[in-house]
Amino acid sequence: MFPRWFDKWNRENPKDIYGPAIAIGVVGGAIFTATMLIAFGQPNATDSLQTGPRGTGMSVPEFKADLAKPDPGIAEFLASTSAPVVPQGGEETAGAARENVPPGLENLTVENYDRLLAAMREWTGIPDLFDDPASYQTSVGHVMIGMTQNLNEAWAGHVMANKEVGVTCYTCHRGEPVPSDIWYKISPVNESVEGWSANQNRVTMQSQYTSLPSDALEKYLLDGEVIGVHDLESRVAGVPGTDGYPGIQQAERTYSLMNYVSNSLGVNCVFCHNSRAFYDGAQVTPQWGTEMLGIQMVLELNNTYLVPLEGLLPENRLGPVYADAPKAACKTCHKGYQQPLQGTNVIKDWPELATTSGEPDYGN
Amino acid sequence: MIEYQNIFTQVQVQGTPEMGMDDTGGRLTEERVGKPGFSKLLGWLGNAQLGPINLGMLGVVSLASGLLWFFIVGMNMLAQVGWSLPEFLRQLFWLALEPPGPEHGLSMPPLNDGGWYIISSFFLLVAVLAWWARSYQLAASHKMGKHVFWAFGSAIWLFLVLGLFRPVLMGSWSEAVPYGIFPHLDWTTAFSIRYGNLYYNPFHCLSIVFLYGSVLLFAMHGATILAVTRYGGDRELEQIVDRGTASERAALFWRWTMGFNATMEGIHRWAWWFAVLTPITGGIGILLTGTVVDNWFIWAQEHNFAPMYDGSYGYEAYGSYEAFIGQGE
Repeated sequence: MFPRWFDKWNRENPKDIYGPAIAIGVVGGAIFTATMLIAFGQPNATDSLQTGPRGTGMSVPEFKADLAKPDPGIAEFLASTSAPVVPQGGEETAGAARENVPPGLENLTVENYDRLLAAMREWTGIPDLFDDPASYQTSVGHVMIGMTQNLNEAWAGHVMANKEVGVTCYTCHRGEPVPSDIWYKISPVNESVEGWSANQNRVTMQSQYTSLPSDALEKYLLDGEVIGVHDLESRVAGVPGTDGYPGIQQAERTYSLMNYVSNSLGVNCVFCHNSRAFYDGAQVTPQWGTEMLGIQMVLELNNTYLVPLEGLLPENRLGPVYADAPKAACKTCHKGYQQPLQGTNVIKDWPELATTSGEPDYGN
Repeated sequence: MIEYQNIFTQVQVQGTPEMGMDDTGGRLTEERVGKPGFSKLLGWLGNAQLGPINLGMLGVVSLASGLLWFFIVGMNMLAQVGWSLPEFLRQLFWLALEPPGPEHGLSMPPLNDGGWYIISSFFLLVAVLAWWARSYQLAASHKMGKHVFWAFGSAIWLFLVLGLFRPVLMGSWSEAVPYGIFPHLDWTTAFSIRYGNLYYNPFHCLSIVFLYGSVLLFAMHGATILAVTRYGGDRELEQIVDRGTASERAALFWRWTMGFNATMEGIHRWAWWFAVLTPITGGIGILLTGTVVDNWFIWAQEHNFAPMYDGSYGYEAYGSYEAFIGQGE
């Protein structure tokens, strides 16, 4: 391959080139990497939100690149919203001027009703919403309006926990007739087995793709089972798993729910808990309290509003296993953000959705 | 020059297979079965000769009942996915054979709710104990000390605590560990969480000390011997009875480094005890959990070694969500 004089010269002048080559390569590579880091900065820079006392390691880390991108839903919502038309008194009411007005909205002024109807059609992606009184979408829509009003009024402790934010149809629907991140009952997930062998150890959305139980949402956010698994004294008399004391299996189910909550909010354990003592009410953050309210809220949402939809919805909208109504949980609204739409105040333009009284407060 | 001192052995000798001898005058050679072969790949990692093996009656019992356990677990997993092989492969790391539910206590549960778990556990127990007995038998036939037997016994202690002693004391098989790749990890974390954080269990602390200590000692000893191999230090047994410059240098290195040095013989007792104490202390910690202490964090508070931290809980005290996501403030 090489000329003969070259091979001869090499033979006569043996030289260890591998040692220096490796040394130069390592040192050179390190210098190159350091130069690039100084010149262009950390490519995956992170920021973190401290959530607890120094020394506890409590913080929620995020990539700066992710933080710089706002939820795309915010812009879409802002494009769909409009300021209310403050009634001056004496306006014609929607109930008198329009047909098929959903119950509770009859007393709105025509202008505000038209505004709301247009927005609701955009938010839900149903262009003829409430046109046909015989359509199932109309009856479901009536329930949903009541639900939204109840959320803003009765559950302000959760949906306005930090500031005025509230919810509208858009919070869940995002322009789609069926909101994303809904869930159905699927347990048991394993064939030929019973009990705790049947509800876990499968890759499912409900278990967040872990092998933890797949019935956590069903048990805690529909049946209202107790989530806590700890004993509040160093020694108790009962036997875990019986005597009303939770066992390791309940701990796994709780862990499944907690995984779901973390992923739904884009946070980690220490957003709410000091992970050295998960149960300890003296070592939790205020967000833990907000979350407890949220769990009660979701229980009411599912049991009072969503489960009864089973009779209204057509078959193709029901669950694949039990033909049950679609249900909500944290991610249905939060979509991976600590606060839905990153805390955008969605209710300020829509006093019609903020009260169940039928008499919106326009601030006049 | 041919290099011999490497992480992999680069020089391999392959000749007539070494069949071993029988200095007991008995039937030991007859019990060594299988035609020996040579593997270049194995030779890189250790001795290139594979076989013969002295399996013995206990070895046969152990392998047979171990395979029964293995197949019962596998068949149960397969049944759970409706006998679908693709689904079995896809979900393999998620699937498990779970212990019975707590409502069955220590009674024999239905086969499809932990019954197979109990049956397979029995075979696993037989397999492990037979292998344990075999390690005694083989050591005895070679007129060796029983150190391997006792070391394996310490691991078996932890295994028995997890699967037998503790469930019996708790009065429920549901406390046992599931047989599955991810599920046994779920069990581990849920066990710690359920009983109030195992990090506050002093025996868990000790177990970690011995585990990390074993790693450290293994690295120190391995490094020391490799470093003095050029003076014959890798012939450790000869150095023990006839100390040479290798031992002197190794000892002086550590004495001048940290003031203390183990001896050529004693370092092996250090390593053996650290390794053996890891599962012994760990097993004690597991055995006390749920039987004596139900919440280790509260127990730690009662014994004044869970520090309290000054400062507020919640991000509001340290910044705002709006600032974090870059919306002003």
